[in-house]
Amino acid sequence: MKKAADLDARHLLCPLPVIRVSAAVEKLAAGDLLTVRCTDPGALHDIPAWCRLEGHEVVAAETLASQDIVIIIRVEGRR
Amino acid sequence: MDTRTRKAIVLLSGGLDSLLAARLILDQGIHVEGVNFFTGFCVEGHTHALRRTRARHPVRNNALHSAEQLGIRLHIIDVIDDYRDVVLNPRHGYGAHLNPCLDCKAFMVSRARSWMEAHDFDFIVTGEVLGQRPMSQRRDTLPVVARESGALDRLLRPLSARLLPPTLPEREGWVDRTRLLALSGRNRKPQIALARAYGFEYAQPAGGCCFLTDENYTHRLRDLWASRGERRYDFDDIMLLKVGRHLRPHPSFKLIVGREEGENRFLEGYRHRFVHLWATEHEGPLVLVQGAPDAAGLDLACAITARFGQGRLASRVEVAVGEPGGRPVHRRHVAPLAASALAPDWYL
Repeated sequence: MKKAADLDARHLLCPLPVIRVSAAVEKLAAGDLLTVRCTDPGALHDIPAWCRLEGHEVVAAETLASQDIVIIIRVEGRR
Repeated sequence: MDTRTRKAIVLLSGGLDSLLAARLILDQGIHVEGVNFFTGFCVEGHTHALRRTRARHPVRNNALHSAEQLGIRLHIIDVIDDYRDVVLNPRHGYGAHLNPCLDCKAFMVSRARSWMEAHDFDFIVTGEVLGQRPMSQRRDTLPVVARESGALDRLLRPLSARLLPPTLPEREGWVDRTRLLALSGRNRKPQIALARAYGFEYAQPAGGCCFLTDENYTHRLRDLWASRGERRYDFDDIMLLKVGRHLRPHPSFKLIVGREEGENRFLEGYRHRFVHLWATEHEGPLVLVQGAPDAAGLDLACAITARFGQGRLASRVEVAVGEPGGRPVHRRHVAPLAASALAPDWYL
């Protein structure tokens, strides 16, 4: 059964959101979803960039009215 | 004959030199992955991007951008705790400010060596250039980094390799030394030409890549230590030193004043930890209070808060005082501090 996990990376500055995402993904399996909430505007670039390098899929990425950023990642198999 | 693909770990800072060094090794058929160590003092676009009106460069992590251009994996590793001893007790001392460059480089190469051994890689690559930096990249200090890190002859500097003794990867033929470079000195024209030839985009941080080389930042850090009576810091301390105006109107307290919306939003994350102030009827900053002001000091802090908001010309401004930990808010009515009363030496 696929898991869905949440990660609160608000108020963390670059590159900590990426470091936290990397650690969270390590605990998940292929097909699992990770929802990340951030406030660093750079996360909109960096987390998808990290996902591209690692082969994970960014399912959605948006900035909410609150300026919080939400990114949903589907974990893929390891490279 | 051993024909397995050799593997190198490159210290990828996000700057031009490490990007080129990695590319030179990739071009020789070596499997390359990047490592980037987060010390807490790294200057990244995001810190500046909190102030959106001043953001002139793309908001991104430059090391990740380098890795994308190279098409290699990047391992970003948090070393904040272990790095503390490098900052506080550098064997080789500081540079112009609180920058322990030689100890820092040896520390990072040492961590890369541990990573290399743990992941069965063969050697380490850096973008160091002979004679480019006054502390860590001199002919007499490059061997210090190799020795103190334990990397020894598994540390390869492709940009200056032909000016240095052959390393293990060169002697063993894993890497063709003749295809490495012989760059030296502070002239960056050869690197810029090479970047153009490769079609690389790269960052050129105006003030370097480390806050410990920044005069204003290190002034704030020294003030923090002086106010505590000891040289120590935690993660939140070094993050907050990067953000906002810092004023110490009295030895007993300091204020961190958000300069715009992005910084205010960042400082909101610290409301649970510090007394915090904001004007209730005017646009303005969120202000964190570090220390223990008495009643008069708190009034002064409120007057400064009003001074930096849209109510600065009003006769009275209501300022809310939030206690840390979600305790109740109370309100004070103050006259905004006159510009002439803001003493220049309050600014850190």
